[in-house]
Amino acid sequence: MPLIDYIPAHTNIRFMRLRHWTFPFSAGIMVLAVVCFAVFGFNLGIDFRGGTLVEAQTSQQAADLGALREHLGDLDLGDVQIQEFGSPRDVMIRVGQTGADDAAQQAIVAKISGALGADYTVRRVETVGPSVSGELVRQSVIALLLGAVAVLIYLWFRFEWQFAVGAIATTAHDVFVTLMVYSFLGIDFDLTSIAAILTIMGYSLNDTVVVYDRIREMLRRYKKMPLPEMLDIAVNATFSRTIIVSLTTFFACLALYFFGGEVLRGFSLAMTVGVVIGTYSTIFVAAPMLIHLGLRSSTVVPEADKDAAPAPVVAPADVVEEAEIVPPAAPATPGAGNPAPASRRSSKGRQRPRPKG
Amino acid sequence: MLHFSRLKTVLILAITALGILFALPNVLPPSVLAVLPHWLASSRVTLGLDLQGGSHILLEVDGAALRKERAEQVRDEVRKILREQKIGYTGLVIRDTIVQFRLRDPADSAKAVTELRKLAAPVSNALMGGGTGEMDLTVSSSADAIIVSLTEAGLNARIRSAVDQSIEIIRRRIDQLGTVEPNIQRQGANRILVQVPGLQDPQRLKALLGQTAKLSFRMVDQSMSPQMALEGRPPPDSEVLQGSDGTPYLIEKQVRVSGEDLVDAQPGFDQNSHQPIVTFRFNSNGARRFAATTQDAVGRPFAIVLDNQVISAPVIREPILGGAGQISGNFTVQQANDLAILLRAGALPAPLKVVEERTVGPSLGADSIESGKIAAFVAAGLVAVFMLAVYGLFGLFALVALAVHITLMFALQSILGATLTLPGIAGVVLTIGMAVDSNVVIFERIRDEAREGRSAIAAIDKGFVHALGTILDANITSLATGAILFLLGGSGPVRGFAVTYILGLLTTVFTAYTLTRLMIAWWVRWQRPAKLPI
Repeated sequence: MPLIDYIPAHTNIRFMRLRHWTFPFSAGIMVLAVVCFAVFGFNLGIDFRGGTLVEAQTSQQAADLGALREHLGDLDLGDVQIQEFGSPRDVMIRVGQTGADDAAQQAIVAKISGALGADYTVRRVETVGPSVSGELVRQSVIALLLGAVAVLIYLWFRFEWQFAVGAIATTAHDVFVTLMVYSFLGIDFDLTSIAAILTIMGYSLNDTVVVYDRIREMLRRYKKMPLPEMLDIAVNATFSRTIIVSLTTFFACLALYFFGGEVLRGFSLAMTVGVVIGTYSTIFVAAPMLIHLGLRSSTVVPEADKDAAPAPVVAPADVVEEAEIVPPAAPATPGAGNPAPASRRSSKGRQRPRPKG
Repeated sequence: MLHFSRLKTVLILAITALGILFALPNVLPPSVLAVLPHWLASSRVTLGLDLQGGSHILLEVDGAALRKERAEQVRDEVRKILREQKIGYTGLVIRDTIVQFRLRDPADSAKAVTELRKLAAPVSNALMGGGTGEMDLTVSSSADAIIVSLTEAGLNARIRSAVDQSIEIIRRRIDQLGTVEPNIQRQGANRILVQVPGLQDPQRLKALLGQTAKLSFRMVDQSMSPQMALEGRPPPDSEVLQGSDGTPYLIEKQVRVSGEDLVDAQPGFDQNSHQPIVTFRFNSNGARRFAATTQDAVGRPFAIVLDNQVISAPVIREPILGGAGQISGNFTVQQANDLAILLRAGALPAPLKVVEERTVGPSLGADSIESGKIAAFVAAGLVAVFMLAVYGLFGLFALVALAVHITLMFALQSILGATLTLPGIAGVVLTIGMAVDSNVVIFERIRDEAREGRSAIAAIDKGFVHALGTILDANITSLATGAILFLLGGSGPVRGFAVTYILGLLTTVFTAYTLTRLMIAWWVRWQRPAKLPI
């Protein structure tokens, strides 16, 4: 037996009512995000801006940032940032793009390691020339767009268009909020951040798709139920799952944030925020949006037709597993409180486990 | 759904066992690995450069320099042909990739075009080895002007072959460094990626890679002082070059002997001054020319030029006939060493510039692995406690599945020879959190079915049937984003993250769905539960 049943079996929260609060809230956040982009901009890392980064560790108790600033200031490297990195012994030195010359970039590293002297060991060096950084920006933008398009097409195949639009809007919402975190906190925005955003996209969608799956199933079963009520039931039915998975993923992100090392810190912070916001948006944005997108039970293709239609991207569930051939048996008796559905899966009967011996 | 044929059971268990077998070498001590058969012992995850330390350097062939050089070469060939054919011309100039001139006598036009067309060579296709039907030069004329243009196809073929030759030379240079195992590959049209694990001195590596190392022996022009040449105009056949200390020299443009004729170069010490030097030997052709030049020029300074920098300009005291000589130039021991390496490996066909470098020291790599491990254990611990608290016995099944899932991920990475990078570790830790997702979907579904009044066994059965569609839907959307990450990643850290992320999704369907179902089926058969434990 489980020790505690934390999550009540029958949550019955009127989520759809709350949309009058959460929609303006989400809209406000979007506006805030745009304001953030305008005011703070992004702290573009060297991947996208070009430049040089040197991470060094001192053999002393603590790095003397003042002395370093003085030393490196004499080198006339242009825009130099020096900061503590993770521990007092580690420093991170960043030098912006100087001119549009790859060769000049290369000379900088030699100058810096010369200026650091014998007390420091250089632990990491990254230089990205102007030609490469331009390409990385282009590639990243393409990747994000491709990601959105691929997901859209897939959802279109699997679901009605209202679901696809809702899922994309929800995902965009989550990406905006994550970008806002980057912008507001001035976290380095580099290739790893793009990976974080794509992961959040994937996670947010995954969450949304699980809820949408349930909504579609209910639309087929209960043709007469008003939509907001149905959405509430569907969200409540998947609520415990949503919360549990968000929590486990949240734990993993926290573990990364606290123990994963300095290099991954920005990434794991963005992921942590992304998981929280992804969960919120699945419940409060993705589901209510369907009301506004004009979804009706009549717009949903009954399952029977779906099976007869050309095969979707994924084979229907009963074809994938269990190749065992069963003689068609009587359909399962619907349980209590379960009105007979209009269309029922007919290809499978119930199988009882057959004990051997 | 709860009945498994014997074959299926065996298959599922076999996959699990194989996964454990292939993941094992990653955690075994070296002493055990030594006694394992090779195919198994080599099944280990390759650590990325950001975890084991090393340098990742992206070089670009300088296309502009290559074009300019080619245009000059064509101009010189045109001049030579026109002189040989006694065709009068004026205003022979280069405009980017066009060489043009005017004829003194427009009647020569047809002849000039015919002769110049002989310069053109067919462009060979890199892939097929056959011709593409395109020529590397086109010649056109209008009235008294003749234009020779370099075709894009011809120039691209040159860049391609420059990259190929450069890869060869870079490999030779790095091999001279001894212990490192470089990975050198072409990237795109004009780039070369060099990955060298565990190198202590990236600066030296970059110096070795970035130097063109074109060596030439030329006479010093003594017709005027370098200062006068700088202020006024140098003679047409000479140019002013700097020495390593910045002193200007006036050097003839004509190369008497070139570095291509070197067969060997070794670092050594001068017998008299005990300074580090580089000794070299010529092939027979070089030796002959070297001998002829030094005989003519006894008493005159003779410059040794490397990449347009004068290393030294000693006065020739006596003819050097043996085809061997030495270069001295205030070298440190390492400089002499590196110069010898460069001369032995040969010159690059075109200048290379470093456009991207990522170097990680070995200590940082070790720290990253350490913190990655801690994060993974903490995440796994938290998830384990949580799952047991919420689902009890079924939570335990989910955790066994999770353990197998992580094992399988490492096994697949080992078999594929994929590289584990720091973001890859992040991917592993993330999947620890996300992998239980499918199990949670199933268990929640089972709870729902039980609430609807089904018997325990029927609820389990139905739960699995209904959850599959959801699980596939959810995973395929994630797989799409993973695939895009992989395609975007190039060779960088993002790809490392994508690989673990994709593998994680693939194995999670197997472990969370199939393997869990098998465990629950066994448990059902053994316990015959009347009530669900969740």
